[in-house]
Amino acid sequence: MKFVDEYRDPALAEHLVAAINELVTRPWTIMEVCGGQTHSIMKYGIDQLLPAQVVLLHGPGCPVCVTPVEILDKAVEIAARPNVIFCSFGDMLRVPGSHGDLLSAKAAGADVRIVYSPLDAVKLAQAHPDRHVVFLAVGFETTAPANALAVDQAARLQLQNFTVLVSHVLVPPAIEAILSAPGNQVQGFLAAGHVCTIMGSAEYEPIAGRYGVPIVITGFEPVDILQGVYMCVKQLEEGRSEVENQYVRAVRAEGNRPAQELIRRVFRVIPRKWRGIGEIPASGLGLREEYSAYDAELRFDVAGKTVEESSQCMSGLILQGRQKPPDCPAFGTLCTPEQPLGATMVSSEGACAAYYRYARGR
Amino acid sequence: MTDNSRDFQLQCPLPIRRYPRVMVAHGGGGRLMNDLIREMILPAFDNPILSQTMDSASLRVPAGRLAFTTDSYVVKPLFFPGGDIGSMAVYGTVNDLAMIGARPLFLSAGFILEEGLPMETLWTVVQSMKRGAEKAGVTIVTGDTKVVDRGKGDGLFINTAGIGVLEHSLEIAPSQVKQGDVLLVNGDLGRHGIAVLAAREGLEFETSIESDSAPLADLVLTLLKGGIELHCLRDLTRGGLASALVEISEQAGLGLTIQEKSIPCRPDVRAICEVLGFDPLHVANEGRMVAFVPAEQADHALALMKGHEQGKDAVRIGQVTGVDCKGQVTLRSVIGANRLVDMLSGEQLPRIC
Repeated sequence: MKFVDEYRDPALAEHLVAAINELVTRPWTIMEVCGGQTHSIMKYGIDQLLPAQVVLLHGPGCPVCVTPVEILDKAVEIAARPNVIFCSFGDMLRVPGSHGDLLSAKAAGADVRIVYSPLDAVKLAQAHPDRHVVFLAVGFETTAPANALAVDQAARLQLQNFTVLVSHVLVPPAIEAILSAPGNQVQGFLAAGHVCTIMGSAEYEPIAGRYGVPIVITGFEPVDILQGVYMCVKQLEEGRSEVENQYVRAVRAEGNRPAQELIRRVFRVIPRKWRGIGEIPASGLGLREEYSAYDAELRFDVAGKTVEESSQCMSGLILQGRQKPPDCPAFGTLCTPEQPLGATMVSSEGACAAYYRYARGR
Repeated sequence: MTDNSRDFQLQCPLPIRRYPRVMVAHGGGGRLMNDLIREMILPAFDNPILSQTMDSASLRVPAGRLAFTTDSYVVKPLFFPGGDIGSMAVYGTVNDLAMIGARPLFLSAGFILEEGLPMETLWTVVQSMKRGAEKAGVTIVTGDTKVVDRGKGDGLFINTAGIGVLEHSLEIAPSQVKQGDVLLVNGDLGRHGIAVLAAREGLEFETSIESDSAPLADLVLTLLKGGIELHCLRDLTRGGLASALVEISEQAGLGLTIQEKSIPCRPDVRAICEVLGFDPLHVANEGRMVAFVPAEQADHALALMKGHEQGKDAVRIGQVTGVDCKGQVTLRSVIGANRLVDMLSGEQLPRIC
């Protein structure tokens, strides 16, 4: 497969591992921000190839994992209302809220559908004018443009029967929260390549400067990640703290301007609660006033709800890189993909699911 | 559409002309049901045992061990590239018989029809079952038809049960798996799951992917005739290769190791899996199996497979490695590290980004 196989080349991977080995003189702790990177690391066993001095911690970049419980509870509640078609990306369906997940709501009679694009949900609303279509708009900067486009489209079509339940989050405030937390161990970051494809690299410059950490924008294939680690270790060894771009085939410094424009037009920056972490100021996106007619929280009057999380789940510490999944007493016993306590065990990008699936007992 | 479905236009049987859709009375035991059976089902599956239309089929079976299995088919959509619910209902049950090395002889066919199902749809499915049974060398000897109210079914469900005969003395089962056994698969993985998903969800790709749906009994019999001492066989249906291997490893109490680079998967299937966040190891197949064979017979078994229509792309994917590592299936990744292979948990759900 072109543009994929080249980045899974064993000879290139071996060459990069040797280069990292040659470079490293002391222990370094690096966090890969994105859950997609965490999965690649576990799936290909990249962590096993690295020298013992290089420790990878897994970051908060899994949209499913950080979506707060109350959003899921609101989703389940809205889905159960009469005449609603509730649409979501597949990943979100199995994430437990405080009273079950969306798949259980479906089994109990709710019309819950998986869509592959938010625009499919808009099409559904057009096709079913007598029903109300709600789309669960979650994710980082990566999914924000498509979700913004769906709202914009619905507004252009003057659809009265389409709303979105928004729980959008942003990467840079989360990185800052991790860096400013007491006891932070992270010395360098592999930033999420796809987020930067949209947003560019500029917003990471002040963070690298202020906290003195190297940030390497990195792709998702084994060779990408190994090269990202190499670039990060090189900066650390040389005492530099710059923003560098490993993922040059997808990321430009200025990002995708039209996509950013679309996000700005539909969304505004607001404080957001992160599952397991708590509220981070200016860390999320909400609909702008002009688009409030498309806000499912307002339409279904569920805006005020807050919910406390299960205390057995330590996904907050895992999402901040303070603990690794096997450190959790519930890992693989009380908490499995079939009976997840927290979202990190559910999502295909969750760190706990990655360890469970690929590295149990290692 | 195949030529046979065009034939149907010419041979349109009586009940279809009178009733373009299935009525509740078609399952009611009276005249309409009788018409449906006599004019559509019996002529399609035409054989002397079925034609007796007794409450039970009376079967003459050779002495020795019999194999008996049943499975229900609820695929949505009913028709997908490379197959349909009818051919699946025949091949799926035939393949279950084949997985213990049985020669399939007889099938039953139970239809649960939803009121309002177009007769033409039923006719097409029945014709597909007829062709499937011919291809797999089985006879459909008994059956049943029920109709449920509109909205209480999903068009059409089929149950088939199958009887086969074991003409060898091997026990083909996980308990027979031995350290050193070689794992062979009979072709590329994941096409069925992706073909059905694409048809169901209306996903449009630049490439057309057809299901691998196929009968495997003759392939297995070819291996047995060739003197291969088959230790274990498993068809790689829902849950894919990964779930089958983990299950066998657990039952056998032995660890398995497979090589990622030798797992056969077409580039277009791999690409779609990449996009959707699926692992081809978890995607369903309907004409694929894994065979555990003694190491010294592996080359011969592979050659026999490659010589057969259903195994021409067969490959060796790994080996039984460890004692005392029950349920542990290790995959040697393309970049040379090891990871665990796990069963599919729940449904395979497409990812966010």
